[in-house]
Amino acid sequence: MTDISVTPKKALVILGCPEAPAQQALAFHVTHNLRKRGTDVLIAGNPSVLNLLKVSDPEKHYITDTMILEKCIAEVVEKKRDCDLCVVFAHNDAAITYASTMRHLLPERRLVVIIFGKDPEPLADEINFPCEKIVDKAVHNPMQLKAKINVVFGWAVSRT
Amino acid sequence: MGCIENLKYEMILPLGASFKECREYAEKNYKEVWYVDPGYRLFDEYIIGLPPIALGIEEGKKIIFPYTKPCHGTYLLRIEDADEVERVRKTARKKK
Repeated sequence: MTDISVTPKKALVILGCPEAPAQQALAFHVTHNLRKRGTDVLIAGNPSVLNLLKVSDPEKHYITDTMILEKCIAEVVEKKRDCDLCVVFAHNDAAITYASTMRHLLPERRLVVIIFGKDPEPLADEINFPCEKIVDKAVHNPMQLKAKINVVFGWAVSRT
Repeated sequence: MGCIENLKYEMILPLGASFKECREYAEKNYKEVWYVDPGYRLFDEYIIGLPPIALGIEEGKKIIFPYTKPCHGTYLLRIEDADEVERVRKTARKKK
C-alpha cells in the first residue's frame, strides 16, 4: 500500500447518504486538509450529497472536483481514474459495500474508511478487508470524529 | 441513474436487506449460482459489492443480483434476460 508518511498526489473521497449531518462537515475538513497539503481531491457521491456541498461552498474554497458515484466507479473499473488515497465515509451497509468495492478495485492504494452514525461498531465489524478504520458515534457533532481523523492523517496539533 | 432502474425488474428482498443477506438468499434459494467480483458488468452497469458477489439464475432466463444505492441500501433484483444469462454463464465463476 501507499506509504502513509507521503502526502498523496490524488485522493478520492467517497461520500455516503447525506442523512447524518456530521458527514458534510467532515468531508469539508478532510478535503480542506488534503488540498492545503497539495493533494488533488475528487469527491464522489450521489446528486443530493454533491449538491449539499456545492450549495455550502459556492466559491469552491474547499471543494473543486466532484463526480457522480456511479460514473466514478465506472472510470476506476475502466482504469481511467486512479488515486493514491481513497477515503470512504460510511454510516450504513451500502457505504460498506462501496468501500469493499474500492478495496477490490484499488488493492494497492491506501484506503481509509470513516465509520460513524448512531451505531457504528456493528458496521465496523462488517469490514473484513484490509483498510484503516476510524470509528466514532457521530451523527450531528463532528468534533470527536474530527479529532480521530486528525490523528490518523497526522493532522493533529501537538499540545506539548 | 443507470439503466437497471429503467428495466423491468422484480424486487426479491425488501428494502433494508444487507448485502450479506442478499448473497445468502441467492445462495440458498437458487440451484444455479455464479460468482463475480465488484466491477463486473451486468445490464450495462458495473455491479458493486463485497466479493464474491452471488448471482442466481432461475428458469434459465432470469438473473437474481444485488443492486446497491447509497441512500437506500442493497436491493435483490430479478430481471429476465436470456442473453445476459448466457453471458454470465460464460464469464462468471460457478458455485462448486
